[in-house]
Amino acid sequence: MVHIAMLTGFVLIAIGIYGALTNRNILRMIVAFTVANTGVNIVLVSVGYMMGRTAPILDAAVPVAEAANRIIDPVPQALVLTAIVIGLGVTALMLAYAYRLYDCRGSLDISRFRDLKW
Amino acid sequence: MVKKAIALALILGLGLIFAALLLGYAPDAALNETAAYYATRTADEIGAQNIVTAIIVTYRGLDTLGEVTVLFLTAAIVGLVLSRTRAGDNAPRLSDLPPPGELLEIGTKLLVPLILLFGAYVFINGHLTPGGGFQGGAILASAILLMLLTDPLRRSSHRLISRIESSAGLFYVVIGVLGAALAGGFLDNRILPLGEFGALFSAGAIPVIYALIGLKVGAEFSSMMVSLSETEDE
Repeated sequence: MVHIAMLTGFVLIAIGIYGALTNRNILRMIVAFTVANTGVNIVLVSVGYMMGRTAPILDAAVPVAEAANRIIDPVPQALVLTAIVIGLGVTALMLAYAYRLYDCRGSLDISRFRDLKW
Repeated sequence: MVKKAIALALILGLGLIFAALLLGYAPDAALNETAAYYATRTADEIGAQNIVTAIIVTYRGLDTLGEVTVLFLTAAIVGLVLSRTRAGDNAPRLSDLPPPGELLEIGTKLLVPLILLFGAYVFINGHLTPGGGFQGGAILASAILLMLLTDPLRRSSHRLISRIESSAGLFYVVIGVLGAALAGGFLDNRILPLGEFGALFSAGAIPVIYALIGLKVGAEFSSMMVSLSETEDE
């Protein structure tokens, strides 16, 4: 179970990086980056998973006294919650810059932006 | 073609690293020391049912303040980058745009209050259920998105959004400082009584803090969407 989730995450990261490397259109690169970002999140969450345990919420199913033996690791979940929000911020920023770039050159083709190329 | 081959080779190398990681990975049998501390102490120290919330809002509260700040910076930069291309006098009139359609119009009127209510429910119950300020804020912003879809030329909400955003941020920091003055440290939730474990009004200041985070995140996402939508109109 953990390995399936982790494999999915790794495959998504690979797809995302491949897409970002081969596509020339900036919007497609942004989509590829979000796919890779999702893959990283899935891998991080799956690291905290443990077989036969439940979510880290201390309700009727998880008495406080037995909590340490009944719940999965809450730390990766907290981390991923942060990572998702920051990922969304980064995506919004990339889209805004893409808009400005299109405004300047009238094109979203990355090969037309050679200012920093040596 | 060569470039594609290079990219494929790179992905293949990356895949080998991932495969080694995947085959060598063995899940832990027990919680590690940090996680076990959070699992056993949360009920007594924080009084929140949801341990993830306890970590985000109290144990690592300073990180969350930083995260909200990053989000604010993102919203501000999106506004700044797009501001120069904002539509001016030659903005399209409502008559230039195709009407949104009855389904969308009525649907928006019906759904927006419900979505706002659900968002508030999610962030107020963040210490009891798998919800919280960030999720609730995103739900609030989806209501704004629906309103923007119906009426892309809506202009009135800028001031309100920035008011909500800045006052939520201010109160968040004030609660943090109160925690340092009255309780154990910055953003300590015990400035309010912990209450009965599992009740809505429990876990000290966590529901208050999460409601503020929810409003702030919702306002930030909304302001990003409003900036993007206003630029699109040009």
